[in-house]
Amino acid sequence: MNILVCLKQVPDTETQIRIAPDSRAIVTDNIKWVMNPYDECAVEEALRIKEKVGGEVTIIGVGPQRVTEAIRTALAMGADKGILVDDPALTGTDSLGIAKVLATVIKELEYDIILCGKQGVDDDYGVVGSNVAELLDIPQVSVVVKLEVSDDGSKIKAHKEVEGGTYVIEAALPALITAQKGLNEPRYASLPGIMKAKKKPLDIKTLADLGIDAGEVGESGAKIQVVELTPPEKRAAGKIVEGETPEEKAANLATLLREEAKIV
Amino acid sequence: MAQGIWIVAEQREGELRKISFELVSEARRLADTLGQLVTALLLGSNIKEKAAELGKYGADKVIVADDERLATYTTDAYASVVAQLAQADEPAIILLGASVQGKDLSGRLSARLGVGVAQDCVAFWIENGNLVAKRPIYAGKAYATVTYKNSVPQIATARPNVFELNEPDESRSAEVVDGQFSLDDSELKTKVAEILQEAGGKVDLTEAEKIVSGGRGMKGPEHFTILEALAELIDATVGASRSVVDAGWRPHGDQVGQTGKVVSPNLYIACGISGAIQHLAGMSTSKVIVAINKDPDAPIFQKADYGVVGDLFEVVPALTEALKKVL
Repeated sequence: MNILVCLKQVPDTETQIRIAPDSRAIVTDNIKWVMNPYDECAVEEALRIKEKVGGEVTIIGVGPQRVTEAIRTALAMGADKGILVDDPALTGTDSLGIAKVLATVIKELEYDIILCGKQGVDDDYGVVGSNVAELLDIPQVSVVVKLEVSDDGSKIKAHKEVEGGTYVIEAALPALITAQKGLNEPRYASLPGIMKAKKKPLDIKTLADLGIDAGEVGESGAKIQVVELTPPEKRAAGKIVEGETPEEKAANLATLLREEAKIV
Repeated sequence: MAQGIWIVAEQREGELRKISFELVSEARRLADTLGQLVTALLLGSNIKEKAAELGKYGADKVIVADDERLATYTTDAYASVVAQLAQADEPAIILLGASVQGKDLSGRLSARLGVGVAQDCVAFWIENGNLVAKRPIYAGKAYATVTYKNSVPQIATARPNVFELNEPDESRSAEVVDGQFSLDDSELKTKVAEILQEAGGKVDLTEAEKIVSGGRGMKGPEHFTILEALAELIDATVGASRSVVDAGWRPHGDQVGQTGKVVSPNLYIACGISGAIQHLAGMSTSKVIVAINKDPDAPIFQKADYGVVGDLFEVVPALTEALKKVL
């Protein structure tokens, strides 16, 4: 089976976000870049599918040179090869633009299943997966917490998380799924894995290699434009609930919630 | 020129979900600024009688798409029908819920129509006749104000529990029309084989009005019963911090934070949660935050409206008892 994973590199979730002076971007100095956590689940699931039915796992990323680190991590986990689209004209590309780049790469490849994380934990758009599926005209199942691929690799049964329950969805392959946390427990790269990853193929492509016009991507091609970034509103200082004993504190809190906040 | 604001109503098993009314309410406010009409799309099976409810919240018109293949949401069927209706009528704006359904549908729709989508918005306004949206990024560590370019319609999803509901006006009624669409079985490539309901039918964290959440300070999965007792009393949903989920004490679906659910309840009670930055990002838009923690220096107290410094194993049961007396 040909298994593809679309992968993004994002700031570690412990990162304190600071807004740049122009209010259009964040300050990227000293940021620790990691593989997007949901994409780790997508990579892990790809490896499990390969272990079950055989095949090859290809990792596809879009972004600057540093993204090769995240792709190498996926290769060290066990993926077979990587492709990075890196081009200065990509700066400022929106979700749909990234999806167009990914879909262009994918159209040149053989594929049975495509896995993505359900969203990047940076911009939080969560639409690249469904954008790619639409551009390829294949079915999608998003927010998947459990995935079964049939032994012959022809169809899937995916558990999709919805509010208050789960939909069990069946689809024939090829299809695209987006991974939710809980789908699996991503493995750590082993030392031999890390050594092997250094020798695995990682192709770097430019927009010209893909035949994509620079005007279709970047800020000029973006349908969504960031006007301004702002910090969250500061919360007013709270109060510490007084009391001599835990019971007294609890009783005072109950009164505050009921009479001051009027919330219970 | 494209005109009018559309919302895509959301129903489950024939019942309209609260987000549908939040969408109509917000669309009404935006439409009044623009001097335009609010149209609600209602997709389902034998669903027409629910159209009147949308009118009471401010929809001028309801387009009903009635087909047994629309009874339960599927990406293929819903994207096909909404895209057909939108291409025929050319609305200026389409709002959907930032629910599992709305996020899935808006992504597919935006690519099909070749337009932008602003996801999970917490505020909308109109500038020069165009939609402006404010949305959290990095799970709420910052906010982005975004506009659209070359996008007709402008698509956005609204975070549940954020937009104020209009008072339903019993005297208002919407014009109800049957939507014209065609749906071929060959388009429907996925099938919902089974629907598994969560035990107890509890409200999902993303839609909960009250949440009682536990962290490392709970010391073990068995102690969550004290949070469940409080939650049951005040009609809350139980959540958890990432470390608790990583330790396997609670399921992944219970996690609040940057790699879990981002929540906006009216009341968030954090018990034994120190307040890691990725957790705070996921719950800091809660309207009232209570922190119960024995460490007075825990960062969670910086965000809390009410802080109780004390042992949660004493304070939480005492709080449940105190509330029992008054509720």
